[in-house]
Amino acid sequence: MTVEVTLTANGEQRSAAVEPRCTLADFLRVELGLTGTHLACEHGVCGSCTVLVDGASARSCLMLAVQAAGAEVTTIEGLAANGAMSTLQEAMRDTHAFQCGFCTPGMLMTAAEFLRDSSRPDERAVREAISGNICRCTGYESIVKGILLAAERAA
Amino acid sequence: MTSQASVKPPPFDYVAPSSLDEALALRAEHAADSLVLAGGQSAMPLLNLRMALPATVIDLGRVAELAGIREHDGGVAFGAMTRQREAERSPLVQSRLPLATQALAHVGHATIRNRGTIGGTIAHADPAAELPAVALLLDGELVARSTRGERTIAAGDFFLGVMTTALEPDELLVEVRLPGLSGRAGTAFLEVARRHGDFAIVAAGAAVALAGDGAIADARLAFTGVGATPVRAREAEALLRGEQPGDEVFAEAAERAARDLEPGSDAHATSAYRRRIAAVLARRALREATP
Repeated sequence: MTVEVTLTANGEQRSAAVEPRCTLADFLRVELGLTGTHLACEHGVCGSCTVLVDGASARSCLMLAVQAAGAEVTTIEGLAANGAMSTLQEAMRDTHAFQCGFCTPGMLMTAAEFLRDSSRPDERAVREAISGNICRCTGYESIVKGILLAAERAA
Repeated sequence: MTSQASVKPPPFDYVAPSSLDEALALRAEHAADSLVLAGGQSAMPLLNLRMALPATVIDLGRVAELAGIREHDGGVAFGAMTRQREAERSPLVQSRLPLATQALAHVGHATIRNRGTIGGTIAHADPAAELPAVALLLDGELVARSTRGERTIAAGDFFLGVMTTALEPDELLVEVRLPGLSGRAGTAFLEVARRHGDFAIVAAGAAVALAGDGAIADARLAFTGVGATPVRAREAEALLRGEQPGDEVFAEAAERAARDLEPGSDAHATSAYRRRIAAVLARRALREATP
């Protein structure tokens, strides 16, 4: 059984025929070539595959591609409009908020939704917001600083 | 189509009904060979890890009539497909059912709650999940429907074991009804987890209602993470009724509640530790709940 899945990825309409068991994460990476979305645990624990589906963060390993049919999906590739880094991306760069970079796309997508929905968050709120995203390098300090800096610059 | 080598779920047929009647017909047709996909935040891991091997996946995501929040019996009734994040942000839930708002903050992470549903977590019945304990504490009612008809199941009769409920293989959970508390009442929901948003090692919910003279008219206490199902501490509740609220009486009731628990040991915590934490959380939850 295959199904034709059509969705909007970073503003562009895309289609591919996949088996129903194909996750949104694999759809984005394998079918659409959007390999910025990273896959690690593949069972909803690490947060590295986080994307936005109709503006709300979702773990793309915990969605079937067919469930996202008709939806607007934003991946890390969609954060930099026309190649210009977003305020969040610049702030994360300025605080050296990644080391190996594997968790970075998921962290950024989670933080992008969080910053959109909260004004002037404190450190505790930032830590809670990224509590579902695992980073094995930084110890989180530089990531928290980066998100706080982005909030400050956006205010 | 390019490589599917990285896909982990087993092959299955997929159906996405657009009405409840259609969903019920599909559930009747496929029954035990089917898996119902609500928000997918527990079902997808089961598929990815191949712990679930359904012939057919029935996706309820397009059944609009199953989502929605309405007033019910001084409390709230949730359509089973109501997203947890929507429930958490609902002013109606915050005013009528603060215990649900308090507990929802502990359900996974915000990203999980964006997709996770009220009905999904109840029907999945994970022994460490928060909302089953809330339903039990509030004497909630779970509405099940099949092509054979509709029935209402009391929360106390619904949770039968680890991920096992009173739902029949052809039934769908369609509504979760949580009555409000009457009078001068307060609630609290406290949890200990390794990391915020992780599954509870132990969580305790409490409700305390006071009479005109300040004595406890009604006290309720429920735990999750301490056994195969959520547990209501009825003997501890009985101890509290008629007493003046205070640290001593709360500590006594909390100890009593914890003594009756038989939590398991696992990699996260021993049975003795869980019982200890249960007593501490119960005492604090009763104190916090007191209006």
